[in-house]
Amino acid sequence: MSRKFTQDHEWIDVSGDVGTVGITDYAQGQLGDITFVELPEVGSTVGKGDSVSVVDSVKAASDVYTPVSGEVLEVNEALGDAPETVNTDADGEGWLFKVKLSDPGELESLIDEAAYKSYVAEL
Amino acid sequence: MNDPVDEAEAQEAQLTLPLDAWHRARGARMVEFAGYMMPVQYEGIIAEHLWTREHAGLFDVSHMGQLVVSGEGAAEALETLLPGDISALKPGRVRYSLLLDEAGGILDDLMVTNRGQDLYLVVNGATKWDDIAHLREYLPDEVTLNHLDDQALLALQGPQAAKALARLVPDVAGMTFMTAGEFKWQGASLGVSCTGYTGEDGFEISVSGENVVALADALVAMDEVQPIGLGARDSLRLEAGLPLYGHDLSPDTDPVSADLAFAISKARREEGGFPGAEKMLALLANGPTRRRVGLALEGRMAAREGAEIMLAGGSVGVVTSGGFSPLLQHPIAMGYVDSAHTKPGTALEIEMRGKLLPATVVPMPFVPHRYHRKGDRP
Repeated sequence: MSRKFTQDHEWIDVSGDVGTVGITDYAQGQLGDITFVELPEVGSTVGKGDSVSVVDSVKAASDVYTPVSGEVLEVNEALGDAPETVNTDADGEGWLFKVKLSDPGELESLIDEAAYKSYVAEL
Repeated sequence: MNDPVDEAEAQEAQLTLPLDAWHRARGARMVEFAGYMMPVQYEGIIAEHLWTREHAGLFDVSHMGQLVVSGEGAAEALETLLPGDISALKPGRVRYSLLLDEAGGILDDLMVTNRGQDLYLVVNGATKWDDIAHLREYLPDEVTLNHLDDQALLALQGPQAAKALARLVPDVAGMTFMTAGEFKWQGASLGVSCTGYTGEDGFEISVSGENVVALADALVAMDEVQPIGLGARDSLRLEAGLPLYGHDLSPDTDPVSADLAFAISKARREEGGFPGAEKMLALLANGPTRRRVGLALEGRMAAREGAEIMLAGGSVGVVTSGGFSPLLQHPIAMGYVDSAHTKPGTALEIEMRGKLLPATVVPMPFVPHRYHRKGDRP
């Protein structure tokens, strides 16, 4: 299993045909204190690049775009009471949702960790 | 994710203020604001917000405009442009006022201090150039306007602010809310006002750009003082129910609708003679069609500027500021609501991203003010 990234600062881990999506540590650092996470509806169908989730910080609300198309299988309910988990562990416990990939070919358009790191270094 | 702040873009065409390097050395995230690079946060907005409510926070607000109006008839001349009773303002006293256009629309909100020999104004950073142009156009020739663009401005806010500042300037210990004075510290002149934008006891300190680094260093060296960014300044003023120009106030709002009728002094109500006076007096008599109110939300999803305020499926207003209250742990907002629905306790809804969030009209401030109004500090 290897992690892929978008230039919009989402990550996705794919296992079989299920992808787990979160925002990157860089993104949470830019947003600052996260106070609320609006998650997609389980069972909904999402298309690559759709705004499916919103991360609210003290400052502002920011859209999260799904890196792949498919059906939302599960969302991280624990963020309801503890949205700050996205700040403390964006790469792990702070995941947002799981999606069943409808087109695994879309993964080809995402970038790997090294490419994401060099992208962020230029920002 | 969309980038919350485009910092790279902001770095290109901005001006720097005297504490720029000081902020960066303390790990501040700098963003463009009002044409300057300003610290938005250091360790994090919530931590900084709560620190200020419990201890003392040091804010750099040097982007704000510091102006001096002087000469024969300066107070009377200013009174033609704003609804405050400036000619009755005693030396050493500060008053909140509003610069109005001909229709009574709000061009800016500001603080006016009678310094004895002249009147000292603090105006918003984003509007200062327009304010200067407006004042130059309307003030008579015998009244002089000076822009103190070499002066920095610090705010020290919080329940321990007085104790901290009194270590450097013992005489501030007795100052009460909305008073001002001139003090010396290590040879530097400090114009100290007992005012602020957080709802807490505290001070705003005008100091030359040359001396501001030493003063900021001396203050943050104290255990109770931490530097605080503009992010927490915004969340603190929202909890305090204080409007922010460009968001809650604009030329499309007036003092009565903005719930700032207290800024129309009693004497001025009788004599008029300020911009939009007839309209304002009629609004005072008949009530405005809409009014700025506070709104408390449940849950955690914040209402943001521009969101429609709804009642039974119809729009009855719009949110002008909103966010999550770090102290109350729920979202709060302010906005303009049709006057029929402004009574505290009225249940409304706010439309955010296709959802209707329950919101209740509540009195402001959301968090009680703790200004020091009389007597000695504990």
